[in-house]
Amino acid sequence: MGEFLQFLFTGVTTGAIYGLIALGFNVLYNATDLVNFAQGEWVMLGGLLFYSLGVSLGWPMVAAFAIAVLLVALLGLLLERAALRPVKKPEPITLIIITVGASIFLRGVAMRLWGKDPYSVPPITASVEPVRLWGAALMPQSLWILGVVVVLMTGLHLFTKRTLTGKAMEACAIHRNAAWILGIPSERMILLAFALSAALGAVGGVIIAPITMPSYDMGTMLGLKGFCAAMLGGLGSHWGAALGGVLLGVLESLGVGYFSSGIKDAIAFLVLLIILIVRPSGLLGASAVKRF
Amino acid sequence: MKGKARPWISWMAAAAVMLAWMAGPKTLFGAEPYKIGGVFSITGSSSFLGDPEKKSLEMAVDEINARGGIDGRPVEAVIYDTEGDPTKAVLAVNKLISKDNVLAIIGPSLTPTTLAVIPIVERVQVPLISCAAGIQIVEPVKPYVFKTAQSDVLAVATIYKHMQKHGIKKIGILSVTNAFGVSGRDQLVKQAPEYGITIVKEEAYGANDTDMTAQLTKIKGENPDAVVCWGTNPGPAVVAKNMRQLGLTFPLYQSHGVASPKFIELAGEAAEGIRLPTGKILVADLLPDSDPQKVVLTAYITEYNKRYGGGVSGFGGYAYDAMQILAKALQGTGGDKAKIRDNLEKISNHVGISGIFNMTPQDHNGLGPEAFVMVEIRNGTWKLVD
Repeated sequence: MGEFLQFLFTGVTTGAIYGLIALGFNVLYNATDLVNFAQGEWVMLGGLLFYSLGVSLGWPMVAAFAIAVLLVALLGLLLERAALRPVKKPEPITLIIITVGASIFLRGVAMRLWGKDPYSVPPITASVEPVRLWGAALMPQSLWILGVVVVLMTGLHLFTKRTLTGKAMEACAIHRNAAWILGIPSERMILLAFALSAALGAVGGVIIAPITMPSYDMGTMLGLKGFCAAMLGGLGSHWGAALGGVLLGVLESLGVGYFSSGIKDAIAFLVLLIILIVRPSGLLGASAVKRF
Repeated sequence: MKGKARPWISWMAAAAVMLAWMAGPKTLFGAEPYKIGGVFSITGSSSFLGDPEKKSLEMAVDEINARGGIDGRPVEAVIYDTEGDPTKAVLAVNKLISKDNVLAIIGPSLTPTTLAVIPIVERVQVPLISCAAGIQIVEPVKPYVFKTAQSDVLAVATIYKHMQKHGIKKIGILSVTNAFGVSGRDQLVKQAPEYGITIVKEEAYGANDTDMTAQLTKIKGENPDAVVCWGTNPGPAVVAKNMRQLGLTFPLYQSHGVASPKFIELAGEAAEGIRLPTGKILVADLLPDSDPQKVVLTAYITEYNKRYGGGVSGFGGYAYDAMQILAKALQGTGGDKAKIRDNLEKISNHVGISGIFNMTPQDHNGLGPEAFVMVEIRNGTWKLVD
């Protein structure tokens, strides 16, 4: 029992991280129909910037958190302006390949700036004593991650469904020209989406930093796992992102626990393949793939 | 047109630098220098190996020349960068042999780059002293290939000896799924019976995994006396933290792959009590004065820090040892490659940075178990343990 519970806790913790990254994918996808493969790099940059500001420069943690997230959001804007906007024929495949290029570029720059070593970041709550439940242990930092994911998810849900800006953003995704005719500043909406998704990634990077120890090369795998989680839950659905993330995390952890630790990453991609074949819209995604 | 002009400029610059370099020692000694080749991954992802190796080789060459060279002739090193790429290593070695006419080659820095150049040096019979760790380089023995870096065979032996002394019989293994982890795991499995140790559980993790509690929970289920983790940062630090988190109390052994202050920084409080094997350079100031390596190590560390302003590591020592050994082997050969090779095999009791070298026709590494010492992390620093 204790063993199973431990696998479950482990899975939920890593799953929450995947879910948080999946949220970033969703925000951008909802506004632009674009999948940004540099999403994982925002996570990496968030974590490393937080380290530099909060640990190296010794800023108060709250300030370091805010500025790190803000800087990454600005980089998100820069990516849209500098790399994606100037494309003459914005075919989805061209844009996606640009994001892949951006991901490799950002990783290279981060390696130059921070070097190849990982960094140590202190946890949010000073206590390192785990919470023990029925023979299984859960770290306070994991609870923080779970809490942040729930708050962000609820916030995002309210934002897209209840506010005018959120609805305008969604309208842009459904039909950019029609939205523009109706007076929605679609270009600004897209910029907002880029900034928001980059900021979400950065929040993820900061909050997981004490567990993962940020390094320049952490983004790629996390980005891919987050993408799997988003696909699993249904691209575009915020609840789906959380569900997909947790499900993926738990599957991985049970796979390690009851089969072999070598197949951990294989599970994620196997799940992705199955989803793509059996239910391309994901568990909670709209059943119609075409949205307009 | 522009694109074509560029390589010429760099070639010309390289040629000019080489000419200037060659002119130096000649006017100084007036005798034909012994030319040595160096190939290291000076840039690229493994520059943490190649860069100190290049610096240490240059330092060793200067020291030898300051002593008056070898048989009155100065030593001159021609060094190329492989960027950690086997193809570039092959090109560099070909150039050293056919264009620079070197007598022997020191490097490359990595096991894959070394394995790529072995067929060449064996064919043209130029002695090569590799700075890479892989045991495949010298096992089976190749006549012209030597190496100075400690193999993980010795690291595993050091750990197992320590376990044997402390009555540890059942262990769990947790290794990273890359070349370093796999080779360590193989050695752990291979040597276990010799020390009466049983491996009760074998687990693995990915280099960028963020949580190893699932693997540790499985290992815990088998009630081992200790667990051995084989990887490089940050994985082993995560393992250390996860063990604290699960409240596991059996001892944790790490590999020499994390023997740097960085690991203590990453693992923080969870590093306390972790045991690992390391080359003596990390704990040079803790060694008793009776240790034969102490003098050599202290001199190397002082000189390196003076020349390069810090950043001393065990890696530079591989190239430093290689050059000093080569200098001994060069004596009295007049530059005959076959004689140099024969002399390399006869090197005995050479006190170096990585250990005490005793080469034989069967052992082209020549290091014994004294190359590693066991340390335990206590109060955020290393402490020698028996």
